[in-house]
Amino acid sequence: MISAAEALKDFQKITPKNIPLVEPFSKGHRACQGCGEVLALRMVAKAVGMDMIAVSATGCMEIISSPYPQTAWEVPWIHVAFENAAAVASGIEAGRKALIRKGRIKDDGAKVVAFAGDGATADIGIQALSGALERGHDFTYVCLDNEAYMNTGIQRSSSTPYGAMTTTSPPGPKSKGQMTWKKNMPMIAAAHNIPYVATASPAWHIDLMNKVKKAVTVPGPAYVHIYSPCPTGWRCGPETSIETARKVVQSRVFPLYEVIDGRFVLSRDIKKPIPVKDYLDTQRRFRHLGEKDIAYIQKRVDDDWDRLLSLVQATNPVAAE
Amino acid sequence: MGRRVGLEVSLACAEAVKLCNADVIAAYPITPQTHIVEHLSELVADGHLDAEFVPVESEHSAMSACVGSAAAGARTFTSTSSQGLALMHEILFIASSLRLPIVMAVANRSLSAPISIWNDHSDIMAERDIGWIQTFAENGQEVLDLTIHAFKVAEDSRVNLPVAVNLDGFILTHVIEPMEMPEQVEVDAYLPAYKPSQWLNPAKPISLGMVGMPEVYTEAKKANLEALEGSYPVIKEHWQGFAKAFGRSYQPIETYRSDDADTLFVTMGSLGETCMSAVDQMREDGRSVGQVRIRLWRPFPVDDFLAAIKGAKNLIVIDRALSPGVPAGPVATELRALLYAKGVKPFVANYVAGLGGRDVTRTDFAAMLEETERAAASGQAITCQMVGVKE
Repeated sequence: MISAAEALKDFQKITPKNIPLVEPFSKGHRACQGCGEVLALRMVAKAVGMDMIAVSATGCMEIISSPYPQTAWEVPWIHVAFENAAAVASGIEAGRKALIRKGRIKDDGAKVVAFAGDGATADIGIQALSGALERGHDFTYVCLDNEAYMNTGIQRSSSTPYGAMTTTSPPGPKSKGQMTWKKNMPMIAAAHNIPYVATASPAWHIDLMNKVKKAVTVPGPAYVHIYSPCPTGWRCGPETSIETARKVVQSRVFPLYEVIDGRFVLSRDIKKPIPVKDYLDTQRRFRHLGEKDIAYIQKRVDDDWDRLLSLVQATNPVAAE
Repeated sequence: MGRRVGLEVSLACAEAVKLCNADVIAAYPITPQTHIVEHLSELVADGHLDAEFVPVESEHSAMSACVGSAAAGARTFTSTSSQGLALMHEILFIASSLRLPIVMAVANRSLSAPISIWNDHSDIMAERDIGWIQTFAENGQEVLDLTIHAFKVAEDSRVNLPVAVNLDGFILTHVIEPMEMPEQVEVDAYLPAYKPSQWLNPAKPISLGMVGMPEVYTEAKKANLEALEGSYPVIKEHWQGFAKAFGRSYQPIETYRSDDADTLFVTMGSLGETCMSAVDQMREDGRSVGQVRIRLWRPFPVDDFLAAIKGAKNLIVIDRALSPGVPAGPVATELRALLYAKGVKPFVANYVAGLGGRDVTRTDFAAMLEETERAAASGQAITCQMVGVKE
C-alpha cells in the first residue's frame, strides 16, 4: 500500500473557486436551526461527492435525515445501530473488494464513509472503530463531535469538555458540571498508525473539505474529527454556530491539525490566541464557571497546545519554515 | 455424485461455505465454533476460497460487518456460539429486518454463568424472535447440506432473509464423521452467484435502515413477518431441489418409527440420533414409541408438526434450554400453545436435558418413557423436569 503522502502528491485542492456543486446530502432534512453538525455533514458530503457510500451511526444526523419514506441521502446510505458504523463500513468495504476482484461489480471508485457522533465514536463505538482502523479497511470515518448525546437530550459523553453543563453532568453545590477532560479521539485514532487523521471546524469550510478529500484519497483508513456546534445543546443562539466554531480554534481549545503517515502538521498556527474565556462565554453551558475554573481550563488548553507543538516538532525533524 | 470423505464436522461446514463460493466471512473466535472459522481462514489464505476474511474484534462487529457486506451485495457468512451469539443479539434483528441474506452457523453452546463451553441450546433459544430462518442439524452430513441449502434459501428473491444453521457444539463440531462431499460443479449448478435485486450501489442509491415513525413501524414489522412466513414454501422447494441435485432429502419435520406410536419423543439437533437408537431399543422391547425431529424451527412448520404427531397419545418434548420462570422449556411452551390453539390434546411431558454438555443416554430416554406413561395414566403433569440432576 502506498503512503498517504505519496497518494496526496498530486492532490487537487478545493478552493473557493471550485467548491463542488454536488449535494449528496440534500435539503429538507429535519435538523435544528443553526445546527453546526448538519452543516459539517453537508460540507463532508460535497467534498466526497456522489460516489460516496454513506454509513450513519444512530444519532441526530441519522434521525433528521431518514424519517421513512423521506430521505435526505442522494447516495447509497445505510444505518444499522449506534455503536457499529465502523464495523458496518468495514463489511461494505470487504464486500465490495471481493465483488470487484471477482468481477461481479465494476470498480466505480466509490468511497465508503462512516458518520458518527461523539458518543457513537468515543464511547459506545470506540471498540468497533478501533477494530476497523487496526484492520486497515479503505474507508473514512467522520466523527461529528457536538460534545454530548444531543439526540437523546443533552447527556454527557466522554467527549464533553470539562465544566460543561449537560443533563447528566449538571452543575450544583457538589459539581462543576462535567468533571472530566474531553477524551482526545483524534490522538487515539492517530495511535492506530493509520495513514491520515485530521481535525476540522466548519468555520474553516475549505480546510474542512480539503481534509475530507484527502481522507478519501489516501488508501486505507482515515479519521476526520469535526467540531460540530449544537446551539440546542450548548445553549447558544442558532446564529452563533460559526462564530463558536471559529473561537474554539482561535482560543486553541480545538486545534486544527493533520497527522499524515504519523507526521503532525498544524493547519493553523494560532500565534495570538484569544482567551479561553472568550470561547466559553459564547455558550450558556459554561456560564456557571467561575474565574478559578476558567483559569484551570486555560492552563490545560495551554499545556495541550504545547504538547501538540512538541509532536509537530518531533515528527518533522527538519523544520518546514 | 460427491466423494465419500471422513471429515471433522466443523471443517465440513467450512468446506460447504467454500463450495458456496462465499465472498465475505466476518467472524470472531469462540469455542466451539473456532474450527469452522480457522478452516475458512486457511481456505482463504491458501487461495482455495476467493473471499475476504474479516477478523473482527467482536461478534457484535462480526454481525455488523456481515450486515454491511450483505448490503453491498456480497455472499456473506459468519459463525458463532453462546456468548458470541448473545453479543450479536442487537444486530440479529436488524439483519433480518433489512432483509439481508446472511448465513450463520451457530455451534450451539450453553450461556454463562457458570461459564461452560459445552453444548446445549440456551444460546439459540434466547434468539427465537430474531426473525431469521433457523434450521437444526443432527449430524455432519446435515451440517454440510443445510449450509448449502441456507445460501440457496436466503438469497432467493422471494425470501431475502438471513438463515442460522444450528449444530451442536462439540457433539457435532468436533467429531469426525463419514459424509458425502458434493462436487463443485454440482454446487455451482444448485447455487449460482448471488444476484441481489438492490444493494449499496452509487449508480442506483437506496437508503437502508431508516427511521420508522409510529405511522409506519407496524407495517414494517408486518412486512417482516410476512417475509418469514412466506419463506416456508421456498425452504421446502429448495430442499426438493437439493434432493434432486444431491440425492439427500430433508423435511421441515422428520419422523422416525412414528406411524403407529402411542408415544413420540420430540427432539432437535444431535440428540435426535441418540433418541433414534433409544427408540430402536424400546421398539425391540415392545414399546409403542417413535420420534419427531424438528429440523425447521423458524418459521415453525405448524401443519407438518401436526401431521407428524397425528394419533399420538403422548408427546415427550425434550428441551435443551431453560426458560426460567415459565412452566416449561422453550420448545414445549411453544408446542403446547400450538396444540391448544389447534384443539389437539395429547399428553405433553416436558423434560429439560443435556444442559451444559451433560450427556443424554439411551437409558435416559427409556426412563422418560416409563415416567411419562405412568404420569399419563395417572394424569400427573411432567413439565420442565430436569433430567439427571444430582441431588
